[in-house]
Amino acid sequence: MGWAIALHGGAGDIPLSVPPERRLPREAALRHCLQIGVAALKAKQSPLDVVELVVRELENNPQFNAGRGSVLTTNGTVEMEACIMDGKTKRCGAVSGLTTVVNPISLARLVMEKTPHIYLAFDGAEAFAREQGVETVDSSHFITPENIERLKQAKEANRVQIDYTQPIQKDVKKETPTPEGDSQIGTVGCVAVNNEGNLAAATSTGGMVNKMVGRIGDTPIIGAGNYANSLCAVSATGKGEAIIRGTVARDVAALMEYKGLSLKEAAAYVIEEGVPRGTAGLVAVSATGEVTMQLNTTGMFRACATEDGYSEIGIWQPVQN
Amino acid sequence: MGGWAIAVHGGAGVDPNLPTQRQEEAKELLTRCLNLGISSLRSSLPAVDVVEFIVRELESNPLFNSGRGSALTAKGTVEMEASIMDGPSRRSGAVSGVTTVKNPISLARLVMDKSPHSYMAFSGAEEFARQQEVELVENEYFITEENLGMLKLAKEAEAILFDYRIPTATLETCSGGTIAVDNSLQMNGLPISIYAPETVGCVVVDSQGRCAAATSTGGLMNKMSGRIGDSPIIGAGTYACNICAVSCTGEGEAIIRGTLARDVAAVMEYKGLNLQEAVDFVIKERLDEGIAGLIAVSRNGEVACGFNSNGMFRGLATENGFMEVAIWE
Repeated sequence: MGWAIALHGGAGDIPLSVPPERRLPREAALRHCLQIGVAALKAKQSPLDVVELVVRELENNPQFNAGRGSVLTTNGTVEMEACIMDGKTKRCGAVSGLTTVVNPISLARLVMEKTPHIYLAFDGAEAFAREQGVETVDSSHFITPENIERLKQAKEANRVQIDYTQPIQKDVKKETPTPEGDSQIGTVGCVAVNNEGNLAAATSTGGMVNKMVGRIGDTPIIGAGNYANSLCAVSATGKGEAIIRGTVARDVAALMEYKGLSLKEAAAYVIEEGVPRGTAGLVAVSATGEVTMQLNTTGMFRACATEDGYSEIGIWQPVQN
Repeated sequence: MGGWAIAVHGGAGVDPNLPTQRQEEAKELLTRCLNLGISSLRSSLPAVDVVEFIVRELESNPLFNSGRGSALTAKGTVEMEASIMDGPSRRSGAVSGVTTVKNPISLARLVMDKSPHSYMAFSGAEEFARQQEVELVENEYFITEENLGMLKLAKEAEAILFDYRIPTATLETCSGGTIAVDNSLQMNGLPISIYAPETVGCVVVDSQGRCAAATSTGGLMNKMSGRIGDSPIIGAGTYACNICAVSCTGEGEAIIRGTLARDVAAVMEYKGLNLQEAVDFVIKERLDEGIAGLIAVSRNGEVACGFNSNGMFRGLATENGFMEVAIWE
């Protein structure tokens, strides 16, 4: 037993050749968010507060595909979505189609706590945000030059990118593309458990580069991109359509509950058998303080820590022993 | 074992005082849909086509809460949602916030078949509908006099109504001018007499063992504009895979939280339960305080339903001649 926390900044085809000036700031951000989360857990904040706090940090960081730094729709706009779930009560909140809300995850939490509903989207969600007085800004705040460039490339290639590819730079060798030619980075998430075994999960994203306006991915879908119950908390990232099809987050918990698998075994099964190769990664914690981070993509920006002092920050697949 | 099977539903949670005439109308519609489904299956129409076809029939009929006859938002408009899932491929399509599309389930099908995505909502879904040239109508087409009356009642009661089909006149007769309160029967915190959810759905396994599910709804009466329920959520209101197909109805929030449709399949897959055992397990164990119902078929040609609500409008049939249309336990 003991607390545990894991967070991610997106899974995908992260090239091994990513230059230090792009890799180091992201690692630093992961470390920073991990520290914030750990400090909050040590200060006995509830897991629900902790995951919201960490995801807000990730949303505010323009290097990740959530909040500021969200990838763009085919119209060059931002449509953000998020989801939060409390394991003990299984209460949840989700939002989609946000364009002006600075922290989508916090609006999702308000949907959970201040309405009789679970999920609000588009104009209705924006109206709710105003009623609640949450921080809103002009939607240009969320748009970064990098993402404008990614959209341009995606349109030129005339494909929808699951997430973003590295913007083409002269000094970066592109890795061999996946069969669909998509790079799959993006979405942020955090899962946490305290030493009473209470769990929570939170996930937030801008979605897919060049997505159709109105497209909803796995992130706000309870049981797909985000899930928590009394056994575990899971946040997934990758190709939204595959994660929905594989009901990834729910399946990790279902395997533990119905087949008696451990957290690691359940996560491994889902990642290896439940979704096609190259489509997903996840972070998860269990009620007993275990943590696992698994991926079937080239990489996933991730970090975790447990009360017994273990901590890890990673990008690519772990080296096999 | 084997052979086709089909189930349809028109919502879980029925007022015990529902007038007989209403009950008969509902049963007639369910019977008609069942028969349409059966002839399609006999003509070897694939499961995913059958579920779309049947749900279109239900949407076009104002009796239940989907398509025409949908519950109204707080603004007095209609915002519909639907989802469809093809078992063998586990591909799915879903839409929410649809306001001018005559048959939301068909738009959900197009999302699945003609877009790179699985779920489209609000103005983006409407734009996609225009691109796909589906049949569009004015939002007023979906609004019925009855529902305008219900919305007014709901606002007066300042409550969210799942749905409500009992005309005001009958209500006054039943309750002597006030809304009758039966504390023993509640859904979504409301007495059953002012609550009657009527999401529609269909699940099918065809003679090749392929399963499919489809669900469609107008949602909660007096809901906040932008509110999304369980019907378009894969794993919650709708799910289909190799072994079964499921469509749920009832308290949307409870169905989402309980990932109801996915769990039926998960307990079959991971615990080895058969279809009816899985349905019973999920209804008993996965709803906590929530109230809901569901229909399901298995690849083996079995059909099942389960609900912890007071009644569920349903029709079930299998190739070996079993057929049942019912409302109560």
